[in-house]
Formats: sequence, C-alpha cells, structure tokens
Amino acid sequence: MENNDWSVSIRPGGKWSGKIGRGKRLRFTALGAGANVSVLLYNADDLTERYNMPDTLKAQYTAHLTRGHTLMSDNGRVLAAIVEDSLGWHDTISGYTTREETDAKYGVTTYQETRNDWLRSGRDNLAVELVRCGLGVRDLMPNVNLFSKVYCDETGELHYDTGHCLPNSTVTLRTEMDVVLVLSNTPNPLDPRTIYPSVPVKLEVLPSEGAVGYDDYCVGFRPENRRAYENTWEYYALQGR
Amino acid sequence: MAVFNRVESSRQPESAVYDEVVLAGNGWMRELNPGQVLRIVDLEGNQAADTLFYDADNPEDHYSAVRTITGQRNIYLSAGSVLRAESGKELLTIVADTCGRHDTLGGACSAQSNTVRYAHEKLHMHNCRDTFMLQLANHAEGGKYSKRNLAPNINFFMNVPVTPEGGLTFQDGVSSPGAYVEMRSYGRTMALISNCPQLNNPCNAYHPTPIRVLIWDC
Repeated sequence: MENNDWSVSIRPGGKWSGKIGRGKRLRFTALGAGANVSVLLYNADDLTERYNMPDTLKAQYTAHLTRGHTLMSDNGRVLAAIVEDSLGWHDTISGYTTREETDAKYGVTTYQETRNDWLRSGRDNLAVELVRCGLGVRDLMPNVNLFSKVYCDETGELHYDTGHCLPNSTVTLRTEMDVVLVLSNTPNPLDPRTIYPSVPVKLEVLPSEGAVGYDDYCVGFRPENRRAYENTWEYYALQGR
Repeated sequence: MAVFNRVESSRQPESAVYDEVVLAGNGWMRELNPGQVLRIVDLEGNQAADTLFYDADNPEDHYSAVRTITGQRNIYLSAGSVLRAESGKELLTIVADTCGRHDTLGGACSAQSNTVRYAHEKLHMHNCRDTFMLQLANHAEGGKYSKRNLAPNINFFMNVPVTPEGGLTFQDGVSSPGAYVEMRSYGRTMALISNCPQLNNPCNAYHPTPIRVLIWDC
C-alpha cells in the first residue's frame, strides 16, 4: 500500500469516512463543474480534538482557504494543510445542508419512491458517518466546503459564486496528524441552483513526500502556522512518534 | 438583516427577575425558560462576551455559527438575527441591540490557540475555553455537556470584519460603555458565557472589563 495510490469516487449525495495516517496527500478532483464536498476532521487518537473554524480563520487572518493555509484543531495543532489548489478559494463559513433545506430547494424525495436516487442532505450524511466513527450529532461543527466560493460584501451579506468550480479542479490536503476524515458530497447551502448537483468527486490518497520542516510552504506561510506546526510536532514527539 | 440594526429596549432593570455583574475572566451558566429575555450589557465598552447556547432539552444540539449565518445569509449578528442550533432549530432571536454588530466567526480564545496566535509563552494565560470548561465542571447540569459540546460561539460586542477578498481582521470599535444586546429564548435554552480575559488582543485596550447579565420574564 505504501507506494500505491488509493482512490474512491464519491457520487453526488455520497459520503465517506475513514482513518488516514499523517503525511498522506489527499487529492480531491471535481469531475464536473460546481462541485461541493463538505469535510470534517478529527484527531484519530483523540476524537474530542477536531477542526476548529474560528481558530483556523483568525490565526491566518482569512475568511477563505487556499494553498498555504492550515486546518487547525481546537488544541492549537495542524490537522491538515492545503498544499496544492487550482481554485484559490474554498469555503468554511456556510456549513452543510439539512434535510429540510434539501427538500425545500430540490423537492421532497423518498427512498420508497426513488430508491438510491433520493436526494441526500449534508447533515444526514455527516451524522451517519459520525455515529459510525463513535461520535454523534454533538460533534457536528462548522466544516470546510471544498470547491465552493462564498464571499461577503461590505455589509456582511453572503454571495455564492456559481462559476467558481470548473471541471477537473483539484485541491490537495496533506494530513499533519492521524485523522478521521468525514466527507459528504452534498450541495453548499448557499448554492442558488435548484437542480440537485450531479458532480462526482474523486479522492486519491497518495503517499507521503517525506518529512515536513521549516522550509515547507505551509509551515512558513505565517508565524502562526509555524507555531501550530511546532505544537503538532511536540505532540507526536512526546509520544515517541 | 443583521446590519447595524439599532433597536432599543423598553425593559427596565427594576423589573428583571435576575441581575448580576460578571467580572472579566469569569463565567456564567444558566438556563432560560421559554419566552425569557436575556440582556448582556457591555458596562465599560469594547469587552467581548463569548457566548454559547444549547437546547436545554437536547443538549447535543448546540449553537451553530454556520447555521445562524446561512439562515440569515449574513455573517454579522444584530437585532432581528435568529440564533440557530446545529440542527437548524431556532434557539433565540435578538430583539434589541445598541451596539450594532456582533461577531460569530472569531470564536473563543484558548490556551492552545493563544500559543498559535501570539507566542508559545502565552500558554499559562487565562482564556475563554478554560472558563467554559470550569463552568461545565462546576454546574449542576454540567455533566450533560463536555468538550465535545464546545462549538464555535458568539462574541457579543466584537467587531471582526470580513472583506470581499476573503480577508479577516479584528477591529476596534462599534461598542461603547452601556451598549447592550437582548435576546428572547424560544424554548428552554442553556446559556454559557465567558467574559473574555484576553490580554493579547488590543480590542479592549488590554483591559478586560465586567459585563452585566439581566433576565426578564415576558
């Protein structure tokens, strides 16, 4: 496995969760225009440590995510970093869809009537995977929405850029800790389109490219990032790892 | 919605059923009954009241910054904002506001995030997440809540502007001595406040100050 790529295609409405060791590269590819993948991250060895949207944003003085940014935990460590990005903007302030929102925007669907073509909601998908991982709805937190651009105007009003994600757009995360990754390929709640997206997303898990040091782009991106990396390295050094 | 919507309250402190001053660095945790109104007063100006809410009947359902933001399609909170739980449930509505803008993206300070934001040597300094956890540890119903329930919170009276280019800054400002925010609870709602002890952030001129908390039955 060490030298082999692993990949999965997550169909529209699909979900995935799994444990991924640190140092792996996770390359996400939008297999069509207008993709959105909702992402949650947890420390695999301590599931109470998880992605923290405010800590991530304020430490890096940003309201969007792109190459160089790190996804920080609530314990001041780096769960993953964005090492490659063809888009320049990923959203972390607009959350995921609920069942009610999905029914209201795209029409009510049931498994009884449409079998596996029924339209899944982000919350249901994430809740199922969280329970599978020993967690629950209390662990639902603000997530990252890969491939989506949501920006604020001067008054704080939110705008979703419908032309942002082109086919074959990619973004690559590098895990800096052993993580549980939870994914839902469901629409961004602010996507104004009323046709349920039909964009599969490919996830490839690629081998490590070696140790990360002070010369790394993400480590040197900001002094805050360097200190978060130092906290992460110390965490594993104390475990002899 | 949610943009500098100044609404004054007609409620008088004398008719409040609860009235307490919370010193800087202290916490406060109390359940609100359906229909009760909670007022938080920024007594000296530019203090941050870090606040979380829970559906007291279902504590797993915590306040959600992103659900609140997408519900009103605006990142700032003011009078008229509906504060929602992660499930989408309406927890409270802001019914009065003399500050004009409140933040829900910046979250609470912690010992660990202080090491990231400022310096490793800041680890010992008092912080909001320690206050939250001490409140849970000491509260009669705190056992229903754990670190897993500590979701990103509201920072009442804080100004954290976001630019169209996706930048985020911390600015002085929109609050003043005596400014207040008032919100009415839909159901039974647990409120958890850390009156921020932050000594690294210039927003309060490195001088954290008390807040006042009042509750009305109405």
